[in-house]
Amino acid sequence: MKESTIMKIHYGTALASVGLVAVHILMRLTTGFADSLSYENVLANYQSIPYVIMLELILILLAVHGFNGLRVILLELKQGRVYEKAVSYGCVVAMIVLIGYGSRTIIMTNMGMV
Amino acid sequence: MAQVSSIADEQVSTPLSSSKSILLRISKFNPQLDESSKFLEFTVPYEKWTTVLEAILDVKKHFDHSVAVRYSCRQATCGSCGMMINGKPKLACFTKISELDSDVVTVEPMNNFPVIRDLTVGFEKLFEKHQKIKPYLIRDDADMKSDEREFLQSPQEVEQYIQFANCIKCGLCNSACPTMATDSSFVGPQALAQAYRYVADSRDKGKDTRLNIIDESHGIWRCHFAGSCSQVCPKGVDPAMGIQFLRGYLLGFRS
Repeated sequence: MKESTIMKIHYGTALASVGLVAVHILMRLTTGFADSLSYENVLANYQSIPYVIMLELILILLAVHGFNGLRVILLELKQGRVYEKAVSYGCVVAMIVLIGYGSRTIIMTNMGMV
Repeated sequence: MAQVSSIADEQVSTPLSSSKSILLRISKFNPQLDESSKFLEFTVPYEKWTTVLEAILDVKKHFDHSVAVRYSCRQATCGSCGMMINGKPKLACFTKISELDSDVVTVEPMNNFPVIRDLTVGFEKLFEKHQKIKPYLIRDDADMKSDEREFLQSPQEVEQYIQFANCIKCGLCNSACPTMATDSSFVGPQALAQAYRYVADSRDKGKDTRLNIIDESHGIWRCHFAGSCSQVCPKGVDPAMGIQFLRGYLLGFRS
């Protein structure tokens, strides 16, 4: 993928994350911050489909943005063909693992496993 | 013999009877012999108009002729005498000692360049990256016949790129760049500014070629807009601005 395409995704995920995280924080304030983090409320959030879609989107956006940022930092730190390939593929794998792990929580809640 | 003597005399710009003097600290380092650099200190007389290069040449003439320094035009045109002067990348011929406002002047080789010896650094990578961005007009009809006129430009079209054409390839911008300090593969502000110089030239048709060259993992996107390159340029070129304009092309804000 062209670096300019990657960076467009990088900027886009940053902007979208800011918007969605703002909505997420505002939602915490609807019932009082401490209450909103109670066990039942968190489960209820995970079972609300629109809210779960938003959480999943935040997870994907932040994972993509964060791991691309990490890739850039590591590429600037050291150079070399093998190292750069390892960093790029490593970041993609780590991104997928993180998204998978985050999604697992949502799926388990909706399957009644929690 | 007399001719050699007169050339040497010409190099001494400052009369040794000057009342003012500074402590000139010169970094000495030969990568083939030394493990680390050391500083040699010299008390050098100076006048209001004495430049750092003249002070170094006085040291070479009177104290230590082994000091390695590259210079040529002495008028900020050739870009040969770039070095760190009191921690900042500057041209030695363009920096007056009186303007430094310090009793101690420390000169070191430029950062982000391999040291050849003392104050002399290797420019191979800078020229390699400069060449990589194709620093010439690209167009199919570049070969002109005798009955054709030159490619005319309006003053507005010239204005788009003219400041970038002032680059003398001294390497000060690359030396000041924080990204180049860790990323040796980074194209660098000098080459990027020159890429913009040709992309913005209305006579050039190689925009897409150049944008493709700089759109890679160690290309334009590794600039973090510290702006140090623009601050140190002795010719008033603003590479940071050129880089932002190039990004505009790649992001679709400019065409």
